[in-house]
Amino acid sequence: MSILIFAETADGQLKKPAFEAATYACDLAQKSGEAVHAVAIGPAEASTLEKLGQYGVSTVHHVHDEAMNAFANAAYAAAVTAVAESIDARVVVLPQTYNGRAIAPRIAVKLDAALFSGVISLVDPANGFDATRSAYSGKGIEEIKTQCDKLVITVKANGYRVEAQPTEVTVAAFAFQPEASDLNAIARELIKASEGISLTEAEIVVSAGRGMKGPENWGMIEELAGLLGAATACSKPTADMGWRPHHEHVGQTGIQIAPNLYIAIGISGAIQHLAGVSSSKNIVVINKDPEAPFFKVADYGIVGDLFEVVPRLIEAIKAARAAA
Amino acid sequence: MLKILVCISHVPDTTTKIKFEADGSALDRTGVTFVINPYCEYGLSRAIGLREEGKQVSITALCVGGPEVEPTLRKALAIGADDAVRIDAPANDSAFVARQIAAYAKGKEFDLIFTGKESIDFNGSIVPGMVAELMDFAFISFATHMEMKGDNSATFHREIDGGMEVLDATFPVVVSCQKGISEWRIPNMRGIMAARKKPLAKVSPAEVREYVDPVKLTYPPARGNTQYFEPEDAQGLVGTLIDKGLI
Ligand SMILES: Cc1cc2nc3c(=O)[nH]c(=O)nc-3n(C[C@H](O)[C@H](O)[C@H](O)COP(=O)(O)OP(=O)(O)OC[C@H]3O[C@@H](n4cnc5c(N)ncnc54)[C@H](O)[C@@H]3O)c2cc1C
Ligand SMILES: Nc1ncnc2c1ncn2[C@@H]1O[C@H](COP(=O)(O)O)[C@@H](O)[C@H]1O
Repeated sequence: MSILIFAETADGQLKKPAFEAATYACDLAQKSGEAVHAVAIGPAEASTLEKLGQYGVSTVHHVHDEAMNAFANAAYAAAVTAVAESIDARVVVLPQTYNGRAIAPRIAVKLDAALFSGVISLVDPANGFDATRSAYSGKGIEEIKTQCDKLVITVKANGYRVEAQPTEVTVAAFAFQPEASDLNAIARELIKASEGISLTEAEIVVSAGRGMKGPENWGMIEELAGLLGAATACSKPTADMGWRPHHEHVGQTGIQIAPNLYIAIGISGAIQHLAGVSSSKNIVVINKDPEAPFFKVADYGIVGDLFEVVPRLIEAIKAARAAA
Repeated sequence: MLKILVCISHVPDTTTKIKFEADGSALDRTGVTFVINPYCEYGLSRAIGLREEGKQVSITALCVGGPEVEPTLRKALAIGADDAVRIDAPANDSAFVARQIAAYAKGKEFDLIFTGKESIDFNGSIVPGMVAELMDFAFISFATHMEMKGDNSATFHREIDGGMEVLDATFPVVVSCQKGISEWRIPNMRGIMAARKKPLAKVSPAEVREYVDPVKLTYPPARGNTQYFEPEDAQGLVGTLIDKGLI
């Protein structure tokens, strides 16, 4: 028996969530004594996939069928399942990315396994795979178990550490041919949101809301984000009013994120906004209203006018960088 | 004629302050208003949009749940669904719910099954993909746009990390919906009156097992031990963030 991870790639490169999934599987393997395998789908160099060895993966099964160079939900799920069956995987770990979440339910049905999504703890294989996951949009935590002997898990992005645990690794081609019907819905074009940092993967997110007064004032937000290597985000009304692009909208009805640092500027902290960001590990709030609900969940706060505070922050960061 | 099924989950209003029973066994429902899951509403709205575009459609709203979900289904009827179905079983486990939906939909020749991208109670994002697999339908997850292409296929946009994917799919498909695919609709008086007369059927559940056992609900660690800095003291904040290794 063994553990399989879905090592997601984009443009031929492994994505950070793939390493989170690998670390997760590796920690699990240490408990259960099983080997960690990975499946990667689509074009990627063997030398790239070998990097998974640094994170404890002993075998990478590479599915490389021309027809599957672009993401196709059913075909990808079938390929991961085929690999899982060939190695008698007991646990399949996927990153909680858009594509990971899109294929996990199919894989669970195919394997007749239980599916735990958005897991934030290491499952306990000796105790019904006992695990915790976030629920009610971050307002609750749910502990769950299963009586199934097989399990599929998606691990929350930025929800698990990445740690090198080097091992000997082999990359082997895995022969797999998709059914024509499984290629019905295949990506034919990708539209990149921006050259910026992906919001779901970013370590730091600088976010602003209606307190900004208008889209013309966002220059300082972008400058601050640029200095910190951060992604930018916004509240729902600012996206709805067209001040900011929709893909930046975070919250209950937008994107849910869990960066290491979330900086909220001129955002009141409505419950629906918090639902998308309260899993952030550290929160800084800048708001002129001391009663703004966001302060209730803040680790660091400044009560003040953002048009004065943000430029000062930018200067202070520049000064600190210059001094270092 | 496009046969459309819209799967609706019944969830606490987004403004709810979530509280659990003292033993962590369930949500404390006192004073909680339940609504159509906002993501499901995008699906329902898109289905109604197809009718407004001149397509012949029939729209069935479905919810797996006890009698308490019926007002939520009535609201879906008021917004514009033609009929509603309640599968009479508690919805505790997504895998169980997905199998109930598939058991109901099998053989009914739906062209489109709309769902939300996730249900805001357990945020599982599990039901739609499982329904697609159980029905052997194509699956468009996290759809932000849908435009018909002829009578039997459509072009979709779906959200991916760092962008958008464009794809075409031939029906039947399961579409999990999020913001962008449509706008929410407020039912009007005529809709509310009409909804009272529309059929709402109760269906007995299929025999299926549960896959996941809930153990306990708790709260995330409390936060908000806020360390404040004066508005003039941006340096203090920056220094602290650097010391903590955050920037
Ligand atoms: C079903 C539903 C789903 C929703 N989903 C989401 C969601 O996903 N994401 C989301 O964000 N919202 C969502 N909302 C909306 C949410 O309820 C709030 O309306 C919204 O988050 C408020 O955005 P805001 O904080 O930018 O604006 P406001 O609430 O107007 O807050 C602006 C803040 O800026 C501060 N401010 C003003 N001027 C300054 C200044 N010069 N310096 C410093 N501070 C200043 C004010 O004190 C205030 O706190 C949803 C609502 C509903 C009903
Ligand atoms: N009890 C239910 N009845 C009908 N549809 C549901 C139910 N639970 C979930 N769904 C559908 O599946 C979607 C995703 O839910 P989930 O997988 O639970 O996050 C929801 O937006 C609904 O469309």
